[in-house]
Amino acid sequence: MLPYVLKRFAVAILVAITVSMITFSMIYLSGDPALALAGETATEADIENIRRVYGYDRPIVVQYLDWLYRAVQGDFGQSHYLKKPVSEVIFERLPTTMLLGFCALVFALTLSIPLGVLAAIRPNSMIDRVALTIAVVGQAMPSFWFALIMMLWLGIYWRLLPVTGTDSWANFVMPSIALGYYITPAVMRLTRAGMLEVLSTDYIRTARAKGLRPMTVLFKHALRNAIIPVVSLAAVQFGFMLGGSIVIETIFAINGLGFLAWESIQRADLPMMQAIVLVLSIFYIVLTFLADMLNAWLDPRIRVG
Amino acid sequence: MAVNDISPGAPDMEPSPRALLRRRVFHHAGLVIGASVLITIVLMALLAPYIAPHDPLDQVLDRRLIPPIWFDSDKATWTFPLGTDHFGRDYLSRLIWGARISLMIGVSAMLISGVIGTTIGVLAGYFGGRVDMVANFIITTRLSMPVVLVALAVVSMVGSSLTVVIWVLGLLIWDRFAVVMRSATMQVRNLDFVASAQALGCSTARIVLSEILPNVANHLIVVATIEMAHAILLEAALSFLGLGVQPPEPSWGLMISEAKGLMFFDAWLIAIPGTALFLLVLSINLLGDGLRDVTAPDGRN
Repeated sequence: MLPYVLKRFAVAILVAITVSMITFSMIYLSGDPALALAGETATEADIENIRRVYGYDRPIVVQYLDWLYRAVQGDFGQSHYLKKPVSEVIFERLPTTMLLGFCALVFALTLSIPLGVLAAIRPNSMIDRVALTIAVVGQAMPSFWFALIMMLWLGIYWRLLPVTGTDSWANFVMPSIALGYYITPAVMRLTRAGMLEVLSTDYIRTARAKGLRPMTVLFKHALRNAIIPVVSLAAVQFGFMLGGSIVIETIFAINGLGFLAWESIQRADLPMMQAIVLVLSIFYIVLTFLADMLNAWLDPRIRVG
Repeated sequence: MAVNDISPGAPDMEPSPRALLRRRVFHHAGLVIGASVLITIVLMALLAPYIAPHDPLDQVLDRRLIPPIWFDSDKATWTFPLGTDHFGRDYLSRLIWGARISLMIGVSAMLISGVIGTTIGVLAGYFGGRVDMVANFIITTRLSMPVVLVALAVVSMVGSSLTVVIWVLGLLIWDRFAVVMRSATMQVRNLDFVASAQALGCSTARIVLSEILPNVANHLIVVATIEMAHAILLEAALSFLGLGVQPPEPSWGLMISEAKGLMFFDAWLIAIPGTALFLLVLSINLLGDGLRDVTAPDGRN
């Protein structure tokens, strides 16, 4: 197991370094960052001053290494707009997004895993068709539109749920559904495919032949093996959801990282944008690393092969 | 080619593979529905200048917010079957012209990402070893960066226009092409016909282009439909957030965004472009799923 862990860890570190380089160079996409900061009316002397204050006059490699050195210690500099340390603002907002992502994942898994299992038990039955329809429709629905429609019906017409804000748990219901339903098709398809494969194996036949109760066979023998790829998919999708929460948080005015990202983009707050992209990417890298470890632990074939 | 000359209707003859394929295609409900809807939308986009009843950008302020024809209202009129928006622009014409933007972005971004992803995937799958390691690294790096966030950030810095959106999306969403092409190529490269081409002394480029690619084409087409739908949804989301296609262009995502403030009073303003978006993406997905079923009948999963 150890060589596998070390190898995956080394790759994760390399990916993180590459991502940090890409994220850092992002600020040069708009040309001269000092020019962008100074605004239209700035004089040549102002721009020169900004360049010196923010260190844009140094060689780019030095700038990158300096940024990385500070970033590793959790210092992402000052927000240009809020005039507060970037990391402070991010840590304020991160828990909200995590909570939203977690609720969305729970919603997605409680919907998709049972549906996937049921669809696999009776392939081509009514329930399989319903599950397939949900998957096909879910994949085609633009999440921001779905969010607006829910807002309209659940929030305005029927007045069941609050429309915006983060005051209570009820505020998280619609955003979680809007964010979570998007990953249900993938999880459901994978659960169904995994269950179909496992259910046709010899050891399931043996277990049935021994006269074990169908439920025991299904959950203790089959699902345990079919769920392995779903675990890593769920981890990957959780990472995607944190990135995708920018749309949902903006719609529901949820004060999380996604909303912060959108605000920062509007304000051209470069250090904040860099930090958010980097934090979310690192989070994704950590998640996939953990998922790989969990998979290797659950399935010995992975760590040996 | 005498074999192909057998007429399909000849009695007690085995149907040709082509006839079998045709039968499978027409008996697949999802494929037929998806293809029909998609063809309709494509025709709508191509013929936009001829079939759109009004100029999609023409603002007339004394005909603002006319409801669609199915509303029981004095203002509803067949002159504007889907009504008008808050600037008095004809909604149907905007919808028809909007199909152009969605399709253009979907197809272009899919082509760009297809070229990048297929190159990476096929090279990784064919050569294996170090090449595969590097390719895997590139794919993992790309996957770890959140698409919507990076796209928004880049578009905001470079400046948003149709071309920028196409390139940003194309450069971002090639990962699935690479992953699928890599594993498909790995399966094909060990087959006998590849070995015999190698034994004949064919160049690598020739083997990849004329032996490998045609045999992974069915996977390629399926991924292409998925990514086209993906690009269309992403463009809509970017435009919705105000960083995609810019006003007054009639992008469907932008139409929803512009109507957002009015949706509590006139819900049809977001329902119409949203439904159009949903139908377009649904039809592409149905087509892709159908093609996968038809080209690999036992591969529904």
